[in-house]
Amino acid sequence: MIERLRRNAELSLLLMGAAVVGAAYALASLGSTASLPANIGPFLGLILGLFVIAHLAVRRLAPGADGTLLPVAGLLNGIGYVFIARLEEDLAGLQALWTGVGIAAFIITLVVVRRPRDLERYRYLALFGGVILIMMPLLPVVGLSVNGARIWINIGPINFQPGEFAKLALAVFFAAYLVEKRELLALASWPKRRPFLPDPKHLGPVLVAWGISVVVIVAERDLGTALLFFALFIVLLWVATGRVGYLIVGFGLFGLASFVSWTLFSHVQDRVTNWLNPWDDPQDTGYQIIQGWYALADGGIGGRGLGLGISGDGRLPEAQNDFIFAVIGEELGLLGTTAVIVAFLLLIGSGLRIATHQEGSFEKLLATGLTTLLGVQAFIILAGVARVLPLTGVALPFVSYGGSSLLANYVLLALLVRLSDDSNRRRQRKVSRSGAAVGVG
Amino acid sequence: MTMDRQIKRLGIALVCCFAALFAQLNYIQFFGAERLNERPDNTRQEQRTFSRPRGQIIAADGTVLARSVEERSRFKFQRLYPEGDLFGPVTGYYSFTLGATGVERSYGADLAGTTPELRFASLSDLFVDREAVGNVHLTMHPDTQRIAREQLGDREGAVVALDPRSGAIDALWSFPSFDPGPLSTNTEASTTLKAALDADPERPLLSRAYRDIFFPGSTFKVVTGSVAVDQGAVTEENPDYPVRSSFDIDFTDRDLSNFGGQSCGGRLFDLLRVSCNSGFAQMGVDLGPEAMVAGAEAFGFNSAPPIDLPNPATSTFPTEFPDNEGNGPLARASIGQGDVSSSPLQMALVTAGIANDGSVMTPHVMDRVTDEEGEEVRSFEESEWLRAISPEAADVMRRGMVEVAANGTAEGLQIPGLEVGGKTGTAQLGTDPPQSHAWILGFAGPPGQPPVVAVAVMVQAQPGASEQTGGTVAAPIAKAVMEAVLATRGPEGGGG
Repeated sequence: MIERLRRNAELSLLLMGAAVVGAAYALASLGSTASLPANIGPFLGLILGLFVIAHLAVRRLAPGADGTLLPVAGLLNGIGYVFIARLEEDLAGLQALWTGVGIAAFIITLVVVRRPRDLERYRYLALFGGVILIMMPLLPVVGLSVNGARIWINIGPINFQPGEFAKLALAVFFAAYLVEKRELLALASWPKRRPFLPDPKHLGPVLVAWGISVVVIVAERDLGTALLFFALFIVLLWVATGRVGYLIVGFGLFGLASFVSWTLFSHVQDRVTNWLNPWDDPQDTGYQIIQGWYALADGGIGGRGLGLGISGDGRLPEAQNDFIFAVIGEELGLLGTTAVIVAFLLLIGSGLRIATHQEGSFEKLLATGLTTLLGVQAFIILAGVARVLPLTGVALPFVSYGGSSLLANYVLLALLVRLSDDSNRRRQRKVSRSGAAVGVG
Repeated sequence: MTMDRQIKRLGIALVCCFAALFAQLNYIQFFGAERLNERPDNTRQEQRTFSRPRGQIIAADGTVLARSVEERSRFKFQRLYPEGDLFGPVTGYYSFTLGATGVERSYGADLAGTTPELRFASLSDLFVDREAVGNVHLTMHPDTQRIAREQLGDREGAVVALDPRSGAIDALWSFPSFDPGPLSTNTEASTTLKAALDADPERPLLSRAYRDIFFPGSTFKVVTGSVAVDQGAVTEENPDYPVRSSFDIDFTDRDLSNFGGQSCGGRLFDLLRVSCNSGFAQMGVDLGPEAMVAGAEAFGFNSAPPIDLPNPATSTFPTEFPDNEGNGPLARASIGQGDVSSSPLQMALVTAGIANDGSVMTPHVMDRVTDEEGEEVRSFEESEWLRAISPEAADVMRRGMVEVAANGTAEGLQIPGLEVGGKTGTAQLGTDPPQSHAWILGFAGPPGQPPVVAVAVMVQAQPGASEQTGGTVAAPIAKAVMEAVLATRGPEGGGG
């Protein structure tokens, strides 16, 4: 009964999301070319089709799951698509294709991962796979350097960012590893004189995670992903042990690594300088962040209107990618950017609620890790664009252009859906069992 | 041991992160946006304006001088100037890369429809972002402008004609001119063309009519005469200046001689008729520096005329006459030499002031702004720029100039059936070879009534230095332009 209610709510939310996306697509086209897009019919059909297929898969494969995850992700994906189609028409087809692939991956994940606990067994495979994926861009032939960051690999016609998939593997590994070690890590003797610092011998895993991050910073020049991995591990370590000391040591170490790389690498210095004062070099290093701000300022409260912005003419580099949020701010205004923030908060809220509903420690940590990945990644790029943090280029989950990111995030979403379904059904069984007992009694 | 406590705290921490983000976005909007939008390197506003439809610039007879056509390009619209170089210095060009000049600049907000009158023409416009544009109608007639172009031909120079009663400009021609069309394409070619025009020694982009200054020569004598009459120092009858061949300059043997060493003198009208150097030099020196400076400034010297076009040149009259330099500087200034420089527009305004009872009206090229339906949104509010001299003094000078056109150096201005006044000028530039700017000032109107047109013509660096040069070279141009003005204006504006 409750399952059907959840699924019906999900369906109606999806239909609303599809209506919003369809209307936005039509408006963006009206705004930029003063005519309805020729493919509005097929487009609406496709959007609805994809959403409904995903919904039917959930209805069948994970009927007890939280009903807000898929509609919110779908809405973000749809809004992102509208902006990509409006900014770079050539990329729209690819993004649509990747959305389809992403939803397929979503369904496949639901099919393959029937019990989340099974994943715990593959922890070392996950670690191995994750590290391989992280290191792949450094390989001589397939590795590819784009805009100074060596985070791409190129195999035949396909380019992708293995880091996006590595984060999932690492989340699985960290969750499994910490379930095993958390008692030890939490109860290990903490020196009385330094109550916030753990015993050095337990810092091993922190150092491993730190090492991975340093490799990412130094060799791949990808500050954002390094921060994401590190945040993932430190947060999970803290959640698992309850020891604030790990947070302090962890972020202290990350700060140290950041400081050292700041003194060593000019690109890191540029990032920090641009963050503190982009107007030192407004035409070169500060250009992108300044143009992003101009776009946000131009949008005002209500925005210039879909399709009526001017960032797409080349004045805002990476408008469809890292800076899509600035374009949303330009065309939909503070209301639009607030909606995006709220959408991510909804995803985070659902994810963490799913985490607290889990009974098993592994599932709990996995749900927390996946939610942390989603929330922190969104925050890193949004904060970079808004100049709350130094800008580090990572994709905005579900919104930015990019196949790897979409695919990985739909898998992440499927795992959360699976976790939610698992715990809800478990709980319901318990309720109906106790209800039956009461009825008998 | 439960992890839920940490998970809740994690949730709070993430909410705090996003709250900081939200706060920053609000800060940008409410405290930063205005400053960001106004930063000089922020070209968004300009591009937005450039990507909007833009109204037309329309001549007095309805001829379209500038219009926009929609185009599939970065800026959506392309500006066209069907009349080519004829109105180049007036309309100016309109380019995202090169900026805007002329009417395109001074009435940019009206053309773009961003003035409050156009944006909120009706109550419903408060709620609808209507793409309203304004059409700017000029006071100028293409036929008059064309006559000025024909008459001046390929001689460097300028023609300014206006209505002394209102300040409305009829003609504002400068040669060489430029075609604003190719400069408004926002292409690489337009940038190259602009650089070439900037490098051109003849400076076609700088309108000689109102953006450059020249020695006014003898035309300035009407200012000296006006000041003297206004001060009461000179009347039609008195004084009677001695007939001399030169004016005696202090500390030097090089006296200020009359043209060709001829002798002249007599009363005010006698001096005007033959443009007597010695007489006007004496008049200026007698008035003294203070009165001459104040008098010249009362006509608009040393301040930029408030014409509704960008960057008008400031005409200059020296303000310092040190005692130790004797009477020379003031004597020379009083006859339009030395450190006196004037734009043709300024001399036309002097003429108009005399013709209009001593009142110099604010010069303007805009007549009215209409919306797309042709409804008038606003019109130019005529106003007096300067009270140069008293009406009585103006009447004396006007009759004096009529005398110059009737029996003096400006006889070439005569138009049958009209009362015409004028004053020639020949500003000598050098003697080897002899070269001078040929000037003429003129006005015309029905006999016994206030003049309806005032004109100033300057032909630059003409061979010869005769006092007749102004009359022979410039007078036919001025006459033809005055006739054209009267022909193109309606019966009301023409006054006859």
